[in-house]
Formats: sequence, structure tokens, C-alpha cells
Amino acid sequence: MLGFLLRRLGIALCVAVTVSLISFSLLHLSGDLATAIGGPEASSEQIEQIRVQYGLDKPLATQYVNWLGDVLRLDLGNSFFFQESVYNLIASRLPITLSLGAMALVVALVVAIPLGVLAAVKRDTWIDRLALSIAVLGQAMPSFWFALMLIVLFAVTLHWLPVSGNATWAHFVMPAIALGYYATPAIMRLTRAGMLDVLASDYIRTARAKGLRPGRVLFKHALRNALIPVVAVAAVEFGFMLGGSVVIETVFSLQGIGQLAWDAIARNDFPVVQAVVLLIALIYIVLTLLADLLNAVLDPRIRVR
Amino acid sequence: MGIKGFARSAVLLGMFFSTFAFADKANDTLVYASDSEPENISPYHNDLREGVVLARLAWDNLVYRDPDTGEYKPMLATAWKQVDDSTLDFDIRQGVKFQDGTPLTADDVVFTLNYVVAPDSKVVTVQNVSWIGSAEKLGDFKVRLHMKKPFPPALEYLSNAVPIFPKAYFEKVGLAGYSKQPIGTGPYKVVSVVAGEGVTLVRNDDYFKDSPQGMPHIKNLQFKVIPDAETRTAELMTGAVDWIWRVAPDQAEQLKQMPNLSVVSGGTMRIGFLILDARGTSSENSPMKNLKVRQAINYAINREGLASQLVGGESKPLQVACYPAQFGCDPSVATVYNYDPAKAKALLKEAGYPDGFETEIFAYRDRDYVEAIIGNLRAVGIKANLRYLKYAALRDQQRGGHVPISFQAWGSFSILDTSASAGTWFKGNPDDNIKDPQVQGWLQTADNALDPEVRKANYRKALQRISEQAYWTPLFNYSLNYAYNHDLQFKPYPDELPRFVLSRWN
Repeated sequence: MLGFLLRRLGIALCVAVTVSLISFSLLHLSGDLATAIGGPEASSEQIEQIRVQYGLDKPLATQYVNWLGDVLRLDLGNSFFFQESVYNLIASRLPITLSLGAMALVVALVVAIPLGVLAAVKRDTWIDRLALSIAVLGQAMPSFWFALMLIVLFAVTLHWLPVSGNATWAHFVMPAIALGYYATPAIMRLTRAGMLDVLASDYIRTARAKGLRPGRVLFKHALRNALIPVVAVAAVEFGFMLGGSVVIETVFSLQGIGQLAWDAIARNDFPVVQAVVLLIALIYIVLTLLADLLNAVLDPRIRVR
Repeated sequence: MGIKGFARSAVLLGMFFSTFAFADKANDTLVYASDSEPENISPYHNDLREGVVLARLAWDNLVYRDPDTGEYKPMLATAWKQVDDSTLDFDIRQGVKFQDGTPLTADDVVFTLNYVVAPDSKVVTVQNVSWIGSAEKLGDFKVRLHMKKPFPPALEYLSNAVPIFPKAYFEKVGLAGYSKQPIGTGPYKVVSVVAGEGVTLVRNDDYFKDSPQGMPHIKNLQFKVIPDAETRTAELMTGAVDWIWRVAPDQAEQLKQMPNLSVVSGGTMRIGFLILDARGTSSENSPMKNLKVRQAINYAINREGLASQLVGGESKPLQVACYPAQFGCDPSVATVYNYDPAKAKALLKEAGYPDGFETEIFAYRDRDYVEAIIGNLRAVGIKANLRYLKYAALRDQQRGGHVPISFQAWGSFSILDTSASAGTWFKGNPDDNIKDPQVQGWLQTADNALDPEVRKANYRKALQRISEQAYWTPLFNYSLNYAYNHDLQFKPYPDELPRFVLSRWN
């Protein structure tokens, strides 16, 4: 187990270093950084001064090490646009995206797992196909359109939920449904496939032969094993939701990381773009690592491989 | 979940109904929403309309231009005197307090006027203050303003775009602190500025009694940033927002059917236009350097169609590089480029582009208009790829000369003088990409001449050349649709300033 852990950690670390390199070079892709910081009216002397002041006259390798040092100290620089540090911008918005992602994941799991189980049990019947259609619809519908439909129904017509902002948890309900629904098909199909696999296995036949109640067989014996791959996918989907909530956050005016990234790209606010890319990638790496470890705990076979 | 369960959750959700803040008459809270937010709330450090609206709420100018009569009235200055061609003396009003309680004196006015022209201040609205030379204190409530050169429209600028800052507070907190917690003398006090969300304001109950705009009525004001148009409309329909603008014509028609909403439309002095990179700074071989190409673009655009079908309301096609009601803006001098795709194609052929060319068009707003323009260009063979940016980013690109074609909208800071439109874009300011020395010369003369006829004659010459050279493709003036809670009294003005100070509940 320790060897496995160390190996996974090593891989994660390598990916993190690669991501940091990409993220670092993002800023330098934007053209001359000193000119960007100085603004359009800065004179050439001012720009030279900035170059020295920010260490932009040093070799790239030195700049990278310095930058990495700053990042590790959580100093992510200042936004070109807002009068604010990137760290503060992200710190104020991350909780919103995290709450949204967590709620969306719950929505996705609550919809997808029962549907997947049902589809597997009623394999090749109309129920199976209906379950699949419901799930696939989530991926087929453009999320902004689905979000607008939710707004029309629950906010404008029924007046149950607020449209935009993040003042109360009620503000998160529609965004979470819209975002979560999109992740449904992957989880649902994996649950279904896992269930079919497991249901055909010997120990299930044995369990049935022992005369155990069908429900007990299904949930105690089958589902537990079928869900192992779902755990990994759910973790990855969570990462996807953090990065992919741009559209949903825009429609519902949720001031999360997605919206921040989107605005920052449109504003050429490179320090923010860079920090968001780095952050989302790191979260992804951590989640994947956790998923691997969790899988290893749940399924001893993985540890050996 | 059975029917019962569903009903239970419905009730549960219903309970939250009361917890999200509702804006309305009962709470004396007016929530207004718009798509963009200023990068910095300091009125000199953004040039976005939303910033101008906030500037009028939290700050005051020295002079007030009555929006109904156009007459200049005393505001923070009680009287002014032209000492000579380029010097103005002001008597500063006594008894006015900044929102932190400190009294307004000549020191604040002198500080502001000198601050905004200092290069270190990094003022974005350069075109509004570049005429100011310096200010000096003549007494506790007396200020002398020196212009760089005689500048006849000085009062027009002072009544629209030169709000007064508190010296002591600003020096204490600096620009960064000020942009988070600004203080002015205006009818509303800024409570909080939250990036990406908006600005909360509360009525300044100590607002000076003799203000020409009167005392504010509504207690709480909230500016909400909602980037998505559909979401803004939905918010208005649910009652969480009381006022929106820039509503698309088809949506305005639909909103008119709603019993609890009012919809009005009004033409504005904002003009829409394309800037063509005539100097070729975006690329050495830019087709825009060729006059025939620029003319072709002018002929290729269906201005009538844009104005009547897309912008709608009071929008009119435009051929001149200013707003016709501005002093010095004579539309008759412009070359008339009627919609004529065949002629545009012929001109492109003459210019050596028989199959057209590919280029980029930059824009920051009105994506649907820009897409129509792209369609018009496509029809004559020009493939323009859209680069859609936030305003500040586009402005930096434009000022840096990296933009072959851009779609721009300009409201002249509500200043009714051609110096604020053509003057901003052609006089050698940072926004002048064209840098035609002849045009610059005429505009300088026009801006600084004392004789109104000399001013007009020089604006005419400049506007004529801009049009002949097709530096721009002027498109139309804007018409705005406003939709709001029918409990609210609201009157639109052509200067595109929603005057919430004058608004009240029915």
C-alpha cells in the first residue's frame, strides 16, 4: 500500500509541476508583461522601471523559480483590472464555486445512481431506455438553455426561487440542478454497466441461491461493488464542475471562479487567468489522487497492480 | 418522491421566498441592473457609462446643466466669472459637506483639478480634463482655474465630467482605498463596492438643500451587475430588480404586456461607429490603409437596417463623426455613403482585393449589431472575425494600435459639444488612432477658439475630412429601451443618464 501511495503521489507531483510551468508561461504568452502592467500611457522609461521592479529583466528560469516561490507563499500578484490582489479575488469566490459544485454533485448522484440501478435491473426494457434518455437529455441540452427554462418555470412563473446572486442557499438550487444534470449521463451509465457486470457474477448467483432477499442482494452485495468506478468518476466530475461552471455561473450571475475566469479572459487580466488555471488544475490533481486512493481502499485488487 | 413529498418540498422552497432581498417600494429600495461594471468606481478612472451613472449619484460637479432646459445652474460653485479668455474664477458653495462630514472648501476643488491633470494620477478620462491647466486657491471659498488655452466649452465639461473629490480623505486612503470606499458630496453615499456584484448606495440625508437637482427621494439604491440579458429580464419579471435598460426591441415588446412593468424608449446621444485602422498600425499590410477599402466598408453597411430593425426605437442612421445635437456637429458636411454592396465590391476590386480579405473586428458590446455588421461585410467579400472583449481590454488594444476594425459606442460623457465626440477620437488624445495632423489642427482650433462661428467652421472642416477619408464608418445613434417596475417614476433623457435622484415611488 505504501509503495502504491508513494507512486501515485510522485505522479501527482510531476503533473503539478508541469501545470505550474504551463500556467507560468501563460502570462508570458500575453506579450510584453511590462507594457501590460504599465498601461497604454506609460512612457518607455516607466516600462523599463517596471521591468526591473518586477524582475522581468531576469532569465526566464529565474523568473519561474521566483514566481513559484511567490505562489507557494500564496502571493498570486495583482489583478490588472480590479484594485485587488488575485488571492483576495479567488478567496472570495472559491466558496461559491465549491458550494455550487458540491450541490451539483449531490444532484447528479441522486439522479444518476437510482436511474443506473433501475436501468440495470430492467435491462433492455422500456424503463432502461427511458432512464438512459433522461440521463442523455441532460448532456444533449445546452446548459444555458436548460438554465433559462428552469428560471422561467421556478422563478418567473412559480416564484419559488430567486434568479441570480448568491445571497442564500436557495440561490444555488437552480444552478446546482442545471450543472448537476449535465454530469448525470456519465455516472448513470457507469452505474448501469457496473451493476450489469456485478449482477452477472458468481457471488451474486450464490447470494441469490442462498435465498437472500432481492433487495438485499441488489443493494448490499451488488451496488457496493458496482459503485467503485463511480467514486472515481464522481471525483473527476466534481473537478469538471468547478472548471466547467462558467456558463451556469454567468446565467445565474453567481460570482464564482468560473465567472471570474471568463471575465478575466475577456479583460486580458492574465494574472487572474493564470491563477485560476493553476488552482483548477491543482484541485483536479488532488481529486484524482484522492479518487485513486479511495478506490485502492475500496478494492484491494487495485493496490496490487 | 411521491406527490406528498413534492408538495412538502414546494412549501419548503416557498418559505425561502421571504428570505431573499426584495427590492421594491415597500423597502424603499431601488435595484437597478446593468451588464457591465466600471473597473474602478473613481469617476476619473473608468470611462464606462455605468461609471458615469454612479459618478452622478455619489459626486457633484461645480456646475449643473439642467437636463430639461440645457441651462447652466450653480452646483458646488455658486457663481463663476470669466476673468480672461483662459481663466475662470469660481465661488465655492459654503455649507456643503462630504459624506464623511468634512466640509467642502476651495482646497478640495483645487486639489481635484490639479490631481486630475497630474500624469501620476493615471486618469482614464483624459479627454475630459486635458483642457485644464491648473487651479489655485484665492480664498477659503474662491478658486481660480487656468486653462491651457481658451476653451469655450469649459462649463459644459465642468457640469458633466469633473466631479469634486475630498482632499484630506483621498490623500489619506489613496486611489486604491478610494476605489473601495469612495466619498463625494453627492445625493447618495456609497456603502459598498463588490467586484463582480455591484454597488450599494444609501441616500445622503445631509445633501445640500440648494442643490439644483433637488433632494433624493428613494432611500436605498443598489446597482447590480448581471451580465446575461435574459437573466436581467427574468430578475425584473420576478421583482428582484426594479429597473433595467438596453432591452432588445423584441423583448421590450414582450415586457410591455406585463401588467407590473413600464417600458419606455428614448433616443440617446450615444453614437455607434466603426474605427478603421487607416494608419495601418495593426499590421503593415492592413487593407484599411487603402482609402477605397475604407469607402467600400462604408458602402457595405446597411445603416438604415441596423437603426430601424436592430437598434429600433428612436435610432437614426448616422454619417457624421459626432452627435448632431452637439455644438459644431453639422451632419450636412459628411459624405453620404448609402447602402450599396455592388459599389463596395467594385471599390474593393479597384483597391486590389477582388476576392475581399480576412480581418478582425473588435467589439465589447452589442454583439448582435456587430454580427449584423459582420454579415454586411461578408456580403461584399470581407471576412471579419469577431474578437469580443471587455471594454477596458478593448480600450487598451485600441490605444495600443492593435485593432484593424473596432465597433465602438460613444456617449460623449453627455457633453453637448463636438469636442467631446470627434475631439476625443481625432485630436491626438490616447484614443486617436488616426492621427491625421490636418484634422488635429482644425479640432484644436475649434476647441479653443472664442468665436462660435470660427469653432463651427473648423469642426465642419474636420468632420468633412474625416468623412471623405472614411476614417470611421459612423453607423447610428442609439435608442434605449428602459423597463422598470411600474411603481417607479422614471424619465429618460437623451444624454443617457438615468436620473435616479429625480425618481420616486408612485
